[in-house]
Amino acid sequence: MSELVIKNLHVGIEGKEILKGLDLTIKQGEIHAIMGPNGTGKSTLAYTLMGHPSYEVTEGEVWFDGENVLELEPDERSRLGIFLAFQYPVAIPGVTVANFLRSAINSRRRAENPEDKGVPIPEFRKMLKEKMGMLKMDQSFAGRYLNDGFSGGEKKRAEILQMATLTPKIAILDETDSGLDIDALRIVSDGVNALSGPDLGVLVITHYQRLLNYIKPHFVHVMMNGRIVESGGPELALHLEEHGYDWLREKTEEAA
Amino acid sequence: MNEKPKVVVTSRSRRPDTAAKEFAFGQAELPGGALAEYRNRAFAAYARTKMPTTSEEAWRRTDLRFFPADAFRLPAEGAFEDLPAVPESLLAPLVGDKHGGQIVLTPGGASVELDEALAKKGVVFTDLKTAEREHPELLERMMAKTVNPEEGKFAALAGAFSQNGVVLYIPRGLQVEEPFHSVLWGPGENLAHLSHILVLVDEGASATFVHESASPTESGINSMHAGLVEIQVLQGANLRFVELQSWGKHVWNFSHERVRVERDANLDWIFGAIGSRLTKNFSELDLAGQGAVGRMSGFYFTDGSQHLDHDTQQNHLAPNTTSDLLFKGALKGKSRSVWQGMIYVAPGAQKTDGYQANRNLVLDDQARADSIPGLEIMADDVRCTHGATVGKLEEEPLFYLESRGIPRPDAARLVVEGFFDPIMQRIPFEGVRERFQQAILEKMG
Ligand SMILES: Nc1ncnc2c1ncn2[C@@H]1O[C@H](COP(=O)(O)OP(=O)(O)OP(=O)(O)O)[C@@H](O)[C@H]1O
Ligand SMILES: [Mg+2]
Repeated sequence: MSELVIKNLHVGIEGKEILKGLDLTIKQGEIHAIMGPNGTGKSTLAYTLMGHPSYEVTEGEVWFDGENVLELEPDERSRLGIFLAFQYPVAIPGVTVANFLRSAINSRRRAENPEDKGVPIPEFRKMLKEKMGMLKMDQSFAGRYLNDGFSGGEKKRAEILQMATLTPKIAILDETDSGLDIDALRIVSDGVNALSGPDLGVLVITHYQRLLNYIKPHFVHVMMNGRIVESGGPELALHLEEHGYDWLREKTEEAA
Repeated sequence: MNEKPKVVVTSRSRRPDTAAKEFAFGQAELPGGALAEYRNRAFAAYARTKMPTTSEEAWRRTDLRFFPADAFRLPAEGAFEDLPAVPESLLAPLVGDKHGGQIVLTPGGASVELDEALAKKGVVFTDLKTAEREHPELLERMMAKTVNPEEGKFAALAGAFSQNGVVLYIPRGLQVEEPFHSVLWGPGENLAHLSHILVLVDEGASATFVHESASPTESGINSMHAGLVEIQVLQGANLRFVELQSWGKHVWNFSHERVRVERDANLDWIFGAIGSRLTKNFSELDLAGQGAVGRMSGFYFTDGSQHLDHDTQQNHLAPNTTSDLLFKGALKGKSRSVWQGMIYVAPGAQKTDGYQANRNLVLDDQARADSIPGLEIMADDVRCTHGATVGKLEEEPLFYLESRGIPRPDAARLVVEGFFDPIMQRIPFEGVRERFQQAILEKMG
């Protein structure tokens, strides 16, 4: 079992420090949730873990599977098993969902074996059909251009489809619940739960306790001002739902 | 100039101090034959027309001061024998799996194959010289019918001296499934490859014609091509015309092309341009009869220091005509592309539907694309739209793809493929799509 270990992570963007010493460890098999006010750096953490070039790590370490994650390119991190479901997935006009997923799978195969001829089309079709079925996606989706003209909910579903296809070891879901109607929320959560198990560590970023009724976290963390300021069990989310963040603000200010 | 420049200029940016050079071809080199009168007229235009300069609107963005016009000579009869032969890969069918006929034009030579059954039905598919001997009455119906050799220096040059060419005639009402394929193969140094392509699709007939110009790429030498393409699609006829420009990167390439589409006739015109050092191409669509439809789809991809300049014109000369142009190009290195398009609607050409769009994807900071759409509308009941964009490869899509395990070069290739997809969707021929796909792969290297 591997664990994603984040130690004293400091991250800036355009010279402004956003993450100010964040520590977090996620083991495969665990489900963690991060909650926190807008603009505290939750997406910054997600992007940084994935290796977005705009985010500059000024201090700290990230380890997974014996690898110094911060030294890897985004594609290497992905192949190592880290997955990010984006808060705002971008459109790739002209590239169909199927073509894109096949390229992603083939990149993995080729990294293992440079001679690889790519996944056989029938095998790929069958797999895709199955995963789309699980997420109750219409088969015609495979032929649409990736995220191009997708509704908010369709984009989120497509993110989970990618997760299902790439079978990561650590999945970070950045507000995958936002913009989903109740039915879609259930379908997406069922999808995530179906993929969960001892091999998958999940980090759910959300504003809504509601999601955590479907995806049951083992740990809940509160992030404020670039740090984890409180950690607990599922009950912490319920507490936040009721009391908001002010009590934590006061508490952290006192501590400081 | 009595003052010395104060800065040292590198050889790259040095401007030649003289004006453009002039060609060395003289009257003595005119071929005789059935076309003598036409050639004399073209020669007169050639002799009185100066090499174009950037002060002319059409040539504003294409500078010929480095063009070594005086270095070129015409290939002698049989010159191909001492030059590299056409690669087999260029002879494979791009459309379907079998040709109706194939012509290979080489410097000072030509080879022609035509399916016998098609010949019996009256199809003519042959090289220009043979046509001059065997089909002078047909040439009468084809020469100077859409392109006037007096239109410009290069039109006149090609009209006067073209040694090589293709003549395709489809008789009235004949529907031909198998594609006609011609390759203009232009190896060699300091050679002027001059070509004249003539196509007449008679009333109600239907055909597919693929023409490719190509040569090896050789560094440190010069070569040139000037060509005319004259096509007529008569009433109710149908032509799919695929034109591939794969000249080596030492070739200076010029062409004047015009297709005339008559009443209720249909043209599907596909361009692919990946080669040449410099290209100046004029492609025009004349929708001459009511109900005529013309579609133009262009794919170009430049790299290194290539310069491709495409001038397109959609002329709506009759009511109820439809044109639809989409040109898409990607640019790498220090290359440059120019697309200048015009939709013209003649007085009285009501209920016209004209569309033009040019999209460019600039992949390197030093590459540059110019995109200049234009409308000139002399009728009032028309629908004409146009669009032109020049974009860059954006970081966010690349990061998104990388985050799924796709290495950056592959991610960039995927984005570029996606960019070209709308063009691919317009090409009904898998072999042609594959060639474009191959070009993307090679250029993205
Ligand atoms: N590309 C960027 N350029 C400039 N500032 C940025 C950029 N990305 C993030 N920031 C800033 O960093 C801070 C943290 O943003 P981040 O997106 O990580 O917050 P978040 O916790 O995910 O918020 P939300 O709950 O609204 O999604 C914000 O102040 C934001 O404006
Ligand atoms: Mg966020």
